[in-house]
Amino acid sequence: MSVVSHRDHLAAVKEQIRELSTEDAVALRDASSAPVFVDVRERDEYEQGFIPGAVHIPRGNLESRIERAVPDHNTPIVVYCASGNRSAYSAKTLAELGYTDVVSMAGGFSRWKQNGHPWRVPRTLSHEQAERYSRHTLIPEVGEEGQLKLLDSKVLLIGAGGLGSPAALYLAAAGVGTLGIIDADVVDRSNLQRQILHTEDRIGMAKVDSAEVALKALNPEVNVVKYSERMDSSNVLDVITGYDVIVDGTDNFPTRYLLNDASLVAGIPVVHGSIYQFEGSVTVYKPFEGPCYRCQYPEPPPPELAPSCAEGGVLGVLPGVVGLLQATEAVKLLLGIGTPLIGRQLRYDALEMEFVELKMHRDANCPVCSKDPSEIEFIDYEQFCAMPSRAAQPAKEAVV
Amino acid sequence: MSTVRMPPILRQAVGGAREVEASGATVRDLLDDLTGRYPAIKGHLLDENGELNRFVNVYVNNEDVRLGNGLDTGVADDATVIVLPAMAGGSR
Repeated sequence: MSVVSHRDHLAAVKEQIRELSTEDAVALRDASSAPVFVDVRERDEYEQGFIPGAVHIPRGNLESRIERAVPDHNTPIVVYCASGNRSAYSAKTLAELGYTDVVSMAGGFSRWKQNGHPWRVPRTLSHEQAERYSRHTLIPEVGEEGQLKLLDSKVLLIGAGGLGSPAALYLAAAGVGTLGIIDADVVDRSNLQRQILHTEDRIGMAKVDSAEVALKALNPEVNVVKYSERMDSSNVLDVITGYDVIVDGTDNFPTRYLLNDASLVAGIPVVHGSIYQFEGSVTVYKPFEGPCYRCQYPEPPPPELAPSCAEGGVLGVLPGVVGLLQATEAVKLLLGIGTPLIGRQLRYDALEMEFVELKMHRDANCPVCSKDPSEIEFIDYEQFCAMPSRAAQPAKEAVV
Repeated sequence: MSTVRMPPILRQAVGGAREVEASGATVRDLLDDLTGRYPAIKGHLLDENGELNRFVNVYVNNEDVRLGNGLDTGVADDATVIVLPAMAGGSR
């Protein structure tokens, strides 16, 4: 086998590919049908600066990753590296893979920068983050971009109980940057059969504090915002405003209705979960896009017909399933992927191990979401019970 | 005969059954049949005027009857009917 010098080899490769100048590349980039820019440099080079919009695939991963990034082999591609040599090799490789319109940018990123063309430093995961979230970033639908989105996201959990526990733990693990938790209770031994945020040695501690301990232990990076208070009409908007998604795992009707009405005003989607004995249900109420809670149930049941978990009991594993279905929907909403449970209610029967999906629709005459958000007034629990059609005697708060 | 799936809170009133059989060409007839045999559930389902309580939804083959003809919605012979009152439980 004959020996070929690097210089000769490179020259031979460059004869087999097309090159373009940085000026031509800029012009193409600004055109309406812009090509895909592929940055084949190593990660540390990319982190110093890149061409905005470029896809970063280090040359060593080019063959295995290009198809995912650019599925259509007829897509025009501009490949660049630091100076134009690695991109020449890459262009040849892409042609061998069947890409029909590939050019290598002569002079590479250094000339691009020198000539004053636009570039910026990419936002990237830190080394530790890249390691922690590698199973996320490997999924094309999430990737580094999706993970950064999760890190920027804020989810509010209503209740740090049966549903809130698994949801909060998995959302923290997933790297949701801010988790707000509102719960006025303290940890009780009877909670521990299902509320996996809490532990025997934290009995008596405020649930929001106990939750913070658990979540920080799992992922110290998560910002935990604690609200050790009950939600009512006076604080609901202050609490929920600024969150991207609300995970509702509360145990009482007044909070469910108040949250529904306030989420419509604030325009925040609510991932709703409820459980009773062996059965649970999950749905997503996306303001003005799908039905709201009041489209489904315009009025709460009278107190004597409204059981709470303490009265009915709940299989300890059930909130695990339902809370994680809620967490799944929350992550999907944050990432903007998949088909959320909007207008669909998923019901789960643990004893039969059966899932049923019920269709729900927006009610044009809904007492709340048919109104303009500015006209929505919040109703507190007592007022509820004082409503003429309701039982005259105020119901006691459901305590679980 | 149609199959009516009872919510957990009403099962005791129908002898503990998860599902009961009931007959009726419409939801109204079907509920009449059911509440005739199990009077204890009547107050949960229907108000004093015989209309469906606002905190109860009835689904025929997974579709909310309020979006059909309410209590006059037809029920095919082999339909599955789900009765579903609002549930608040989140297990605090």
